[in-house]
Amino acid sequence: MPADKPTIKTTIANGRSALGAGAHAPQTFRNPVPDFANEPERYELAEPLPYQFRMDRRVFLQSIAGGFLLFAACSRDASGQRRQVSDSVDARLRFGADGSITVLNGKVEEGQGSRTEVAMAAAEELRVPLQAVTVQMADTAISPNDWITAGSSTTPSTVPAVRNAAAAARELLLQFAATKWQTDRQKLRVDEGKVRSADGSKSLSYKDLAADEAFLRSEANSMEAAITAPAEWQTLGKASGRINGRDIVTGRHQFPSDIQLPGMMHGVILRPPSYGAILQKLGESSSLPNGATLVQDREFVGVVAQTAFAARQATEALAAKTTWKQDKAPRQEDLWRSFREGGKPQAGGERERVSANLSNAKTTLEASFEVPYIHHAPMEPRAAVAEWKDGKLTVWTGTSGPFNVQNDLAKTFGLAPEQVRVIVPDFGGGFGGKHTGEAAIEAARLAKEVKRPVSLRWTRQEEFSWAYCRPAALIDIRAGIDEKGAITAWEFLNYNAGGSGLKSPYRAAALHEEFIRAETPLRQGSYRALASTANNFARETLMDELAKAAGQDPLAFRLAHMHDQRLRVVLEAVAERFGWEKRKRELRPGRGIGIACGNEKNSVVATCVEVELDAATGVPRVLELCQTYECGAILNPKGLQQQAEGGIIMGLGAVLHEGIRYADGMVTNRYFRQYRVPRMRDLPKMDLVFLDRKDAPSNGAGETPIIGIAPAVANAVFALSGQPVRQMPIRGPRTKAA
Amino acid sequence: MATFEFTVNGQAKRVESDPKRPLLDVLREDLHLTGTKYGCGEGQCRACTVLVDNRPTLACLTTVDRVQQKELRTIEGLAKGDELHPVQEAFLEENAMQCGYCIPGMIMQTVALLEKTPHPTPEQTLTALNGSLCRCCGYQRILAAVDRAAAAMGGKPVESASVIHIQQAPGLAEEAAHARR
Repeated sequence: MPADKPTIKTTIANGRSALGAGAHAPQTFRNPVPDFANEPERYELAEPLPYQFRMDRRVFLQSIAGGFLLFAACSRDASGQRRQVSDSVDARLRFGADGSITVLNGKVEEGQGSRTEVAMAAAEELRVPLQAVTVQMADTAISPNDWITAGSSTTPSTVPAVRNAAAAARELLLQFAATKWQTDRQKLRVDEGKVRSADGSKSLSYKDLAADEAFLRSEANSMEAAITAPAEWQTLGKASGRINGRDIVTGRHQFPSDIQLPGMMHGVILRPPSYGAILQKLGESSSLPNGATLVQDREFVGVVAQTAFAARQATEALAAKTTWKQDKAPRQEDLWRSFREGGKPQAGGERERVSANLSNAKTTLEASFEVPYIHHAPMEPRAAVAEWKDGKLTVWTGTSGPFNVQNDLAKTFGLAPEQVRVIVPDFGGGFGGKHTGEAAIEAARLAKEVKRPVSLRWTRQEEFSWAYCRPAALIDIRAGIDEKGAITAWEFLNYNAGGSGLKSPYRAAALHEEFIRAETPLRQGSYRALASTANNFARETLMDELAKAAGQDPLAFRLAHMHDQRLRVVLEAVAERFGWEKRKRELRPGRGIGIACGNEKNSVVATCVEVELDAATGVPRVLELCQTYECGAILNPKGLQQQAEGGIIMGLGAVLHEGIRYADGMVTNRYFRQYRVPRMRDLPKMDLVFLDRKDAPSNGAGETPIIGIAPAVANAVFALSGQPVRQMPIRGPRTKAA
Repeated sequence: MATFEFTVNGQAKRVESDPKRPLLDVLREDLHLTGTKYGCGEGQCRACTVLVDNRPTLACLTTVDRVQQKELRTIEGLAKGDELHPVQEAFLEENAMQCGYCIPGMIMQTVALLEKTPHPTPEQTLTALNGSLCRCCGYQRILAAVDRAAAAMGGKPVESASVIHIQQAPGLAEEAAHARR
């Protein structure tokens, strides 16, 4: 069997636990599973726990104990993360006596296709049909800690771990058969989950292996376990639909907001009217309807009732009689000034060279780009069901960070992490917006009070008001070119948004790129591709203006400066596929074409669009889009197609309309009617081409495609109107009275 | 509190409820039919679409007193046993789902469209579905599923619109090695 290099030495210690219920035996395993906890560009929401509840003395003592435990756990890992990423059979696989095969992983499914991809990875290496595999996603009581589901890390880190474990199990099965049948293991192979004897008279499967305690307890088994080379793939690389698709189309799948327990009640939280408002006087609880319970704990106020409707009505009645105090509320008009005043770029060094080259340049350009805060607005707002039993807490919730939420709950309620179980049913969208556990903590506090399970489901308005946003970006660029049109100076300063996508793929004689942290008035955190969208938008937009100043075609100008070879390949491919040169010559009046490219999460993407402008509003309409995308070896073409299409159209939302508005310390566009997200009529004609790189590692594919559309549209609008674009959402000149 | 009687997926139901409670809450909390989703509570996303007397209806804005003696259909009632409704089958075949939360509403809107207009033009499809939001933005696959369902229900040959263009990247090893340097 041909194998990926390097061939990996696997040692399985004795003990039966690998293949069924039972004690965990220690197992030493191998690599190559990258460490994503140290990913440098991660930009997580850093804020204290949302609530500090009162604690009685007993709880306080427990809390101290919990603190020590936590410290002990953390101290095992230099990064400060409590994690136990493992690719052992024990950590990853369970074989039932009924023939069932379960793959364990600590990632979550929020629409990105992780469940199907993990199943494919296991099926491939176990040599079983895809349908034979069940996937257990994040449940802190069962799953290995695979860290947060973020940074496109499932494909490059969890999939290899699952493949390693499944390959080891396959080899163990071969060794088992060889021992049983007294034959040469090299002559055996696993097919459809079974090893067959040479004469075909006998067969053994994983469940037989799992049932044989004597074999599993025997001397340490040692073998060469190799993962399968792409050329040999039977399941990976083939287009697979969602393995639980039937449950989705029948409505049977239970999202976190669908979890219902016996005796469960419904909770609603009383929210302040603005950020930072302090509770002055709570309304009379006598205004509560029958059966509703008021829960107050310092600033936290909630109502629990038999129905969500009753809880909502009670909370509204309470809110009408409650007074708040607000000292200082952030104002939107101060935002960009506050960013620039809040942080200063480095002085001296390369910046001086940039300045010197700028003063010698033939042409210089300076520009500031503004990208507003936007919301993830997943279709399912935050939701959690919490249940306390015998001092232990179980929470079902939609979060990408189950192990973080487990710790947050433990700290908040003075428990040891082992006393908290977080179960994450596949949930209704996140896009980086659900790394936290606000709803889990709130539901748990309510449930603790009423001693019944409580379901808490944020409303859309709460989601828009109190969830965190994608960081706003202010980007200052200074650039210069010489007589030959070569870039001699490039200075790129990103205020607040983050460092991903900061690095230019283009050569410049002097270059300074910097991310400057700033104070943010709104809660901000992760988002699909995060700052990469803003950084690519600003860089690629200015590139077209430089090309024009140099008297060059935007494509030729990019290629002349390109130092990223993978990016060059997709850029050339998109230009050819789209027909860049021909379209430029044959462009219809009122139309513009634009091109842009960039790299993100170790993948490369290039995008072309054709647009026109609405005469009355200047809103661009994207008529056609062509994108070429390369993310290493493709694991699931169907999954990739979905993620690319979804990412592009999600990106189109911020191009056309999205932007949070706020005044007096509160978001003012808190409904879908005020916060316009992409709809079917916004779809351009789309032509996507995926470049498969079978000999390269597979990279997570869900983020990168989002970065291309904004600069491509900006460049088309610039080409069409001659007016430079400086902001998102993008507006061209209006040519007709509205 | 008052008593309301209506049928859901062919079954007679009787519920005690505040008359002004949203139908969505009654379906989910009282009848445990959680396939119908809350998305916005303001009639702007259509995740909560059910059919009331065969008309697509937003369960978040419809109070329970409005469905007295009516016939309701929800996502749970489309399949006959293990046999999926052709619209469900089409969504499954075209892999028209990412997180899947909007899908029950999308499917109910599509069922309503195709029952009334078996051969919709692209414009009719957009008119019917443009108000249904999908934040995963899987609209391309959803439209392919609607086309597929229309063809299947109209007895036409079913062709998948979900073509995936894959090309081998040129100069594989050298390019990757160069990029990693």
